[in-house]
Amino acid sequence: MTTDTHDIAVTVNGKVYKRTVEGRLLLSDFIRHDLSLAGTHVGCEHGVCGACTILFDGVAARSCLMFAAQANGHSLETVEGLAPDPEHLHPLQEAMRDCHGLQCGYCTPGILMTMKAFLEETASPDEAQVREALSGNLCRCTGYQHIVDAVLLAAERARGSSK
Amino acid sequence: MTTRSFGAPVTRNEDARLLSGRALFVDDVELPGMLYAAFLRSNVAHARINSIDVSEARARNGVVAVYTAEDLGDYWAPGPLLVPPPPIKDITFNQRTQVPLAKDKVRHVGEPLAVVLAETRYLAEDALSDIALDLEPLPAVVDLEKALADTSACVHDGVRGNLAALVRQSRGNYAAARARADRIISRRFLYDHGASSPIETRGIVASWDDRAGRLTVWDTTQAPVFLRNGLAGMLGLSERQVRVIAPFVGGGFGPKIMLFYPEEVVIPWAAMKLNRPVKWIEDRLEHFFATTHERGQTHDAEIALSADGRILGVKDIFLHDTGAYNPYGLTVPINSQCTLLGPYVIPNYDSTFRAIFTNKPIVTPYRGAGRQHGVFVIERLLDIAARELGIDRAEIRRRNLIPPDAFPYDNEIIYQDFAPLSYDSGNYEPILDKALEMIGYHHFLAEEQPRLRAQGRHVGVGVVCYVEGTGIGPYEGAKVQVQNNGKVSIATGIGTQGQGHFTVFAQVAADQLGVSVRDIDIVTGDTDQFYWGAGTFASRGAVVAGNAVNEAAKVVRQKILKLAAEHFECAEEDLEIIDGKVSVVGVPGQSIKLGELAVRANPMRGAVKPGTEPGLESTQYFGPSGGATASGVHAMIVEVDSQTFTLEVLKYVVVHDCGTVINPLILAGQIHGGVAQGVGNAFYEQLVFDEEGQLLNASLADYLLPTSLEAPRTEIGHTVTPSPLNPLGVKGAGEAGAIPVGPLFAQAIEDALGLAERKIELNEIPLSPTRLFELASQQQ
Repeated sequence: MTTDTHDIAVTVNGKVYKRTVEGRLLLSDFIRHDLSLAGTHVGCEHGVCGACTILFDGVAARSCLMFAAQANGHSLETVEGLAPDPEHLHPLQEAMRDCHGLQCGYCTPGILMTMKAFLEETASPDEAQVREALSGNLCRCTGYQHIVDAVLLAAERARGSSK
Repeated sequence: MTTRSFGAPVTRNEDARLLSGRALFVDDVELPGMLYAAFLRSNVAHARINSIDVSEARARNGVVAVYTAEDLGDYWAPGPLLVPPPPIKDITFNQRTQVPLAKDKVRHVGEPLAVVLAETRYLAEDALSDIALDLEPLPAVVDLEKALADTSACVHDGVRGNLAALVRQSRGNYAAARARADRIISRRFLYDHGASSPIETRGIVASWDDRAGRLTVWDTTQAPVFLRNGLAGMLGLSERQVRVIAPFVGGGFGPKIMLFYPEEVVIPWAAMKLNRPVKWIEDRLEHFFATTHERGQTHDAEIALSADGRILGVKDIFLHDTGAYNPYGLTVPINSQCTLLGPYVIPNYDSTFRAIFTNKPIVTPYRGAGRQHGVFVIERLLDIAARELGIDRAEIRRRNLIPPDAFPYDNEIIYQDFAPLSYDSGNYEPILDKALEMIGYHHFLAEEQPRLRAQGRHVGVGVVCYVEGTGIGPYEGAKVQVQNNGKVSIATGIGTQGQGHFTVFAQVAADQLGVSVRDIDIVTGDTDQFYWGAGTFASRGAVVAGNAVNEAAKVVRQKILKLAAEHFECAEEDLEIIDGKVSVVGVPGQSIKLGELAVRANPMRGAVKPGTEPGLESTQYFGPSGGATASGVHAMIVEVDSQTFTLEVLKYVVVHDCGTVINPLILAGQIHGGVAQGVGNAFYEQLVFDEEGQLLNASLADYLLPTSLEAPRTEIGHTVTPSPLNPLGVKGAGEAGAIPVGPLFAQAIEDALGLAERKIELNEIPLSPTRLFELASQQQ
């Protein structure tokens, strides 16, 4: 197998990483294993489960369906970048904890990133909108109810604090 | 104590780590010099192996080793029988367990034939295509009834008719009951259960430290202690040389309790042989073949009733697909056989099953573990009986419930834990009443449904009952220890896959020790931290390990009070433990911190009284005399689109009795998740095999897990009948949500579409829009 390599520079959670990668290296593997940002999880590697969802220039995207080389020059956000500091959680993370929106926690990083992007676009969602936005992320533990509650609570709290 | 945390909806200790991406899962383990494994798997269901040539793969750059069964030498052996058959009279059981790498024959698609170890995962997978494999296909055994025929191919040479087991259990005299019955109803029922599909697949990292003579294995297992013991035995090590860590595990639901998977045998061996760490992470396609399933049963069942709807007896003969091997013994079909009896008085019961080997992946328990199949049969029989006898569906159930004064209730057959099937406690009628009230059953049937039907809408109601055997033995243990910093550490041997152990065990201990739940640190699934245990399965963690924590915390409390009483020179009765301090009641300022006492309990110098044990710690074990039987009722109102046969669940209610509740928030989560899996099983998920034993829908795009659009919002009600079998009075709850959803869907959909009037019955699960269309279009 001939290998083609690419020199890339990718910004993740505000930090620039320069690496040389094989053309075929998946973005998900790059984030997890090359950058050791293992909070982004891999569940299916065929773009269905949503566990590997990150923000790619602010847009929720599945990192298992992209190559690392495609991220060259782009800005990514992963679950590690959500909380403001190690002692505090992001309001969406807080709402997930308060509503018991996670059990095994494996799908959670992808759900957090998907819902972060959703709430930035939709400040006052109703339950049906949350369920629609969440429907691309599979969770096998919770039955989604407490996740939906958490997203609604996070939106409510954000509206309350912005008043 | 001022505030009790036991019973409160405490948020979880483990969440901050999981939410911020700091929790360790197996694939997060990175070690210097690590190799990556990929397995060559059979792409046919049944074949003789003529040859495997791995020479080209071995020559590829970056490949360090390639092994086949031959290379394993004496290490190659069929796996252990995890669960021997229960002591049932005249049982037939043919043990055929899985092997590490196939030799001579492959018996299901996905069975591993060879393993490649390479410098990267990508290279390891590249090298799989270098292996030259010569397989001679054999006829695949797929259909259960055909498998039994003398003319069928044999999955295992020498097992004629592919009979893995034949078991008959009975109570009373069914023939006599039948003879005096007013009504006999016989039907065939098909119930298929699918793949547990945790979002994290399986994975293993093994690392051998040659200098220390120690093997460390990170594994997505639900049973770390037994994995350690088995690995030590196979590898010729003592148990103390092996450490198994089940770190955070991304969902289990049963199949991760199975051991030894072939990969669990091969990866640690390879790490020792090559003296380098080895990682193997299952991909999703592999997961569909290489991880165990639950699958189908065919029941020919008969119920004998009196004219007023009393059950006189049930006879059931069923076939159970056990897959290519049967390492898990009879747990699944025994659960089906036992759980069919449900919450009902069934004085005469005659049940026979045959477990059949097929050329399909192995069947082991998946959430519910065969209980679904049995519950489907009895619930459907009662629905049909209600209709034929002109009795309301809820009423016929009520008439047959075991009365509250009949407990402990002996069903006179043997359960999966080898003990007689006895229900410890229960009070079933209030559960039914509460569910009917919450769903608005009578109002719906009398007023809502006629009104909706007049509008041309197809809306129906369903109500089903079930019991769940939980909290079985043998035992679990816990070590509770007050640390010098005043925090409490608790270690248990079970693994955790999202059940909230870091919180519920802390709640059990917090009240005893007068500390906050947040100041209790729980360790699960690390055999170096706790040596003994069986594992997390059968809704037993909170019951068995929870009670062990309680016992150990009680002893530590006594040690704290004794030491503090010596310190203050007062009686233990004059002391209270609050907010991490022991105080003399009524004497302000007279208090000592738990951490300080912990230091005093381990003096560096000076003499202690003979018999003194150091530290504020205790290790205790709990083993119940039998399983605790939880129970419940699910009810649903569903609307069916008569054009597309898609569903909308308008209301879903679960009323549940799992004894004393430790944490209602976590309990609700367990029920919601179980219901979602039940909904998947009932209407969306089906493993579709063709006649060659090929799984046709092995991707998450084709095997449909419920999303947030299919999983209904669930309203939960509780009743509490404590278990007398453990001091906390708790019963398990892990499987309750998933068990009765199939018959609920069948009943409610029949009602919505008015199928009964057209003599159409939904006697199979899973359904789907397509299948429902086919069934509803019959005889028109």
